[in-house]
Parts: sequence; C-alpha cells; structure tokens
Amino acid sequence: MDKKIFQKAFTATIPVISGYVVLGTAFGFLIRTAGLPAWTGPAMSMFVFAGSLQFALIPMLTGSASLFTVLLTSLVVNARHLFYGISMLEKYKGAGPRKPYLIFGLTDETYSLVCSVPSDIPETQRLSYCFLVTVLDHFYWVFGSLLGVTLGSVLHFNTDGMDFALTALFITVVTGQWLDNKDRRPVLAGFICSLAALLLFGPSSFLIPAMVLIAAALLLFYAADRKKEARHDR
Amino acid sequence: MTGDLYLLIAIAIAALATFALRVLPFLIFGEGRPTPPVVLALGKMLPGAVMAMLVVYCLKGTDLSLASGWMPALAASLLVVATYVWKRNSLLSIVVGTALYMALVQLVF
Repeated sequence: MDKKIFQKAFTATIPVISGYVVLGTAFGFLIRTAGLPAWTGPAMSMFVFAGSLQFALIPMLTGSASLFTVLLTSLVVNARHLFYGISMLEKYKGAGPRKPYLIFGLTDETYSLVCSVPSDIPETQRLSYCFLVTVLDHFYWVFGSLLGVTLGSVLHFNTDGMDFALTALFITVVTGQWLDNKDRRPVLAGFICSLAALLLFGPSSFLIPAMVLIAAALLLFYAADRKKEARHDR
Repeated sequence: MTGDLYLLIAIAIAALATFALRVLPFLIFGEGRPTPPVVLALGKMLPGAVMAMLVVYCLKGTDLSLASGWMPALAASLLVVATYVWKRNSLLSIVVGTALYMALVQLVF
C-alpha cells in the first residue's frame, strides 16, 4: 500500500474522527443506559454501520418492537443510501474483491469523501483511496461504540457541539460542489426540495419526500438538457 | 422471542436491510452492461443535491425562535463556507467551524 495514499486518506477522514468517535461513544453510552447488553453496540456498528438508524433502533430494541417494524424502519431511515449507489456506479467499476466492502461502507460521511476524491490522487489509486477512507471511517465508528459501552460513564470532557464536525463536513463538500461544477442546479434543487419538504412534513419525516422531490427535479433537468441537445443537433 | 436471540435477529435484519439499499443500484446496473444515460446523469447530479439535503438534515433541529438556537449554527456555518472559499482546505474549515460552534454553545449561549 502506498504510504502517500494512506496519508491522504487519513487526512481526509480526520473530520470524521471527531464526529464518529463522539457520536459512536454517545451511541454506546445510550445502549448501556437503555439496558441493552454491551455487545449490541459494537455489533451494530460493525455490521449495520448506519448512524441514524442505530440511534433509532435503541428504543425499538428496548421495547422489543416486532421484527417487521425493525425491517420497515431500516428501509425508511436508510432509503437515501439508494442515491449513493447510483452515483458510485461508475466510480466503483472494476473494484474487484474490494467492491462488496466499498458498497457496505457507503455511509453519509464516507459517501461525502468518496464522491469528492482530491484531484491530485492518480486515477489508478482512486479505488485504494476510497477503500482506505471506508476502512478508517468504519474503524472510528466501531471504536467509538466500544468506547461508549465501556468508558461512557467515566468521560467528563464537555463534548457539547462537537457533532457539528459532521455538519461542517457536509457544508464543505456542498460548497466545493457549488464552486467546481458548472451546473449548479443540483445543489440549488437539493436545498429547495429539502427545505420545502421540511416545511411541509416536519423534521421527523421529511427525508423521503425530499428525496422524491430531488429525484423529480433532477429528472426534469435531464429531460431539459436532452431537449436542448436535440435542438443543437438539428 | 426474547433476549439475546431477538436482539441478534433484529440486528441482522437491520444490517441486511441497510446493505440491500446500498447494493441495489449495483445489482440492477451490473458491470457487464452499459449504465443507461439517465442513470449516469442522475449519478452525476446527485452528489450536489444529496449533500445539500444532508446539510438541511443536520440543521433541521435548529430552533429558530431563540437566538441561542440558530445563532451558533448560522455563525459556524458561515465561517465554514467563508474559510472554505478562501483556503479550499476542508480540514481547516471543519476545525475552525466546529471550534466556534462548541465555544458558542458551551460558553456564550
């Protein structure tokens, strides 16, 4: 493994450390206060690897919710991951044996890093870079949950507001998208559709309607572009 | 069904459902065939739109009725954007933005 690529991947994931270790620790701590066995925390982080779903599952598991409810919640909370796969179809082509793991690890944060690979990474090393980013993020998340279920009650450092690191990470990526892409309609559509869905459906259930609106808007853009091209060809 | 067995099965279901969502596009549009142009176009446009959605998702809990609710988030977000436009260094922007947010939340409000 190229040392430089590791350094670059590590540097890119530093913001994720603060977010994942803090959130993972909070998650592990909640697992214990909810009365669930300690192994469930790291087990979920290892095999589910989806932040918001794991938090949502805590009260459900504590209340012995039906397995069907668990399935439905998982599908609804994580539906946005369908989008991540669609944008990584081309980039993950030819990833070989690493591909299943790359796909498994497509969390919000990993996705934000692998869809904005620095331009100084050579084409041949892009997949190694994405793989390292995925492994590191996964490691921070499992490590955080382990820390939470074991040391959670001993930590006294005031971490209030540290989870803003993840918000800040998404803000830098969206700013980069805005500056680097000639086509700014997707970013605008993303904001407008999400805010509209938030106002209409409220904070707890706006993601799915927002995704539907975004998909509709992007399809409209595609159709408009096609029409324009057809006119040019004539 | 109670106890460890229930927990084990519930976690397995959550894990499989999550992986299924992540892998579905790759199964539908396999490596062998060319991906339809509309899906390629979507794939190119989605990152910008989804990142905007995630920013809204992260800030959705912001309380707009009190200055202590929206001030830290707004100030820190603006600082992140400004420093990123200026220096183009994600790490720097994230560190100063988070530090400002933590200071505002913990010390000022």
